[in-house]
Amino acid sequence: MNVNFKIAKTHLLAKPKQTLVAMLGVTFGIGMFITMVSLMTGLNNFTEDLTKIASADIRMYKDITEPRPTLLDKINPKAVNLVHSVKPKNESEKIRNALQIADLLRRDPEILGVAPRLTSQVFYNFGPVKLNGSVAGVDILEEDKLFDLNSKMKEGSLSALMTTSNGLIIGSGLAKKLSAKLGDLLILTTPQGITYSMKVVGVFQLGLGEIDNVRSYANLATVQKLLGKDAGYITDLNIKTTNYREARGKAEKIQAMYGYKAEDWETANSTLLAGAIIRDIMTYSVSITLLIVAGFGIYNILNMTIYSKMKDIAILKATGFAAKDVTGIFMTQSLIIGLFGSLMGLVVGYILSLLLAQVPFDGGDLLSIDALPISFDPKFYLIGIVFGVATTAVAGWMPARKAGKIDPIEIIRGI
Amino acid sequence: MKQILLKTEGISKYFHDPQTFQVLKSIDLEVRRGEFLSLVGKSGSGKSTLMYLLSTMDMDFEGKLQINNIELTGKKPDYLARFRNEHIGFVFQFHFLLPEFTALENVMIPALKLAKFPESEIKKRAMEKLDILGIADQADKVSSKLSGGQQQRVAIARALINNPLLIMGDEPTGNLDSVNSKIVFDTFRKLTQELGQTIIAVTHDDDFAAKTDRIIEMKDGRIL
Repeated sequence: MNVNFKIAKTHLLAKPKQTLVAMLGVTFGIGMFITMVSLMTGLNNFTEDLTKIASADIRMYKDITEPRPTLLDKINPKAVNLVHSVKPKNESEKIRNALQIADLLRRDPEILGVAPRLTSQVFYNFGPVKLNGSVAGVDILEEDKLFDLNSKMKEGSLSALMTTSNGLIIGSGLAKKLSAKLGDLLILTTPQGITYSMKVVGVFQLGLGEIDNVRSYANLATVQKLLGKDAGYITDLNIKTTNYREARGKAEKIQAMYGYKAEDWETANSTLLAGAIIRDIMTYSVSITLLIVAGFGIYNILNMTIYSKMKDIAILKATGFAAKDVTGIFMTQSLIIGLFGSLMGLVVGYILSLLLAQVPFDGGDLLSIDALPISFDPKFYLIGIVFGVATTAVAGWMPARKAGKIDPIEIIRGI
Repeated sequence: MKQILLKTEGISKYFHDPQTFQVLKSIDLEVRRGEFLSLVGKSGSGKSTLMYLLSTMDMDFEGKLQINNIELTGKKPDYLARFRNEHIGFVFQFHFLLPEFTALENVMIPALKLAKFPESEIKKRAMEKLDILGIADQADKVSSKLSGGQQQRVAIARALINNPLLIMGDEPTGNLDSVNSKIVFDTFRKLTQELGQTIIAVTHDDDFAAKTDRIIEMKDGRIL
């Protein structure tokens, strides 16, 4: 065993209580970090999952809300034109050549699937009940690829929709409100006043009330018929990419290439996701504060140790230990405290996370979970230990360097 | 005539705090191998300062210092630390043992640092040194549990562990009663006569000095 390490070890073991207290400081800091980051990340992931249920990575649609230049502006672009009472033009929401665009997009290796969709507002009539909602005309197999609908079916099946031209898969909330069951016939009324009889062939539950309560899926061709549109009439293309983290950049490229608005899931859900950043800031600021406190503890204890070991340092230097050896001895002590303290912290953090994962949490109608969502990502345990050892290294560095610089003659003659 | 082990040429040293003051004035000194030499003089005569210079712990001086024909002036601190480790043993007025370690471990530490031999060999040698000093039976005791005389003998064993060219003593008997002083002196005597060890000891003790091979008396920074 290296002699510097041996001396460091002996110093630590000679005062086990003091060593333990120093370690507990780090343990507490890292334990809290792990617990908080696990909870916060669990919540963040959960919010992200929620948004992912409802939104595709990228949604392409025709944006008709952009302000439209008036004719006068086009003729006299440099003049000051005042046009009163400009009304929006009756523009079609159709994406031209949507199916061809979808085919082109599917050839892109970064894109896993493209699902065309046509959504319409409808009234659901079942007996005396009239409910407002929306019907999405989809290619159910493509839709399943993007949103994994199959696993979210409570009753019925996806394939039943393909075999039934007027089939309808309704949200669980909607089914409850209408008291509709498999095989029931619903009357759908469109804003244009067209009514159409649809048969319930399935019930889905995404776990997101705002969708389960209003949405139903029908065949694309059925909805086109319902709206009186041609077979090429598609308003949305939902796109799934290989890496949803990079959806934003991909969306910009797609928008530039096809000229239609392409919106990534983060932009679409920016309000929901804003909380994630705040939670991250909170987690790291609290953890860093705790670690700084632990760092000061180590700094103090090491300073005291060095003060009480002046004579030892003097004789070590006299008998041939260089400044770097002495610094090494005390840095070793600091790092051992940091390493063991952090390891204990990881264990404490893991246990607390396990306990938190048992805490009942009622998400209400909106969320379908029964306990706090906790992340057990090993990445954070790695960050924790690096964090803990780095803090102790910084805290130990100054006293250790001071110990290395001690002039042995001053100590030896000063006694 | 035995060969020269240590040689200085015109060593001068100044203290700058609080005022510039010349402690050592052009010291020329030669020490031969196997000599038992004592440095005496009143407080402030510069004898301790000289000893720390000779032991390479303080290299802030003018002039030249050679040990074993190696020029040591201008060498880096790490080199000097290594040189002390290998070639110079120290015995101070106070034992300066590491209190958490046993007597044996205290003796072994400088050799472990030198790492010239495997640990088992170092242990054997350390036991031999403790045996020479007659305290082999105390080897496994924690050093803080030993008596003053025993501690000083462990310190001497530690000084000997790397078979140094030179042993430096700074008042080695200053803190001991007459019985233990005699033991320490006799040990030094035995080392020089039987093993050809070179020893330079700073002392206030006139009896101790009188029995050494050569007395160097210092006054006001000069050798008389």
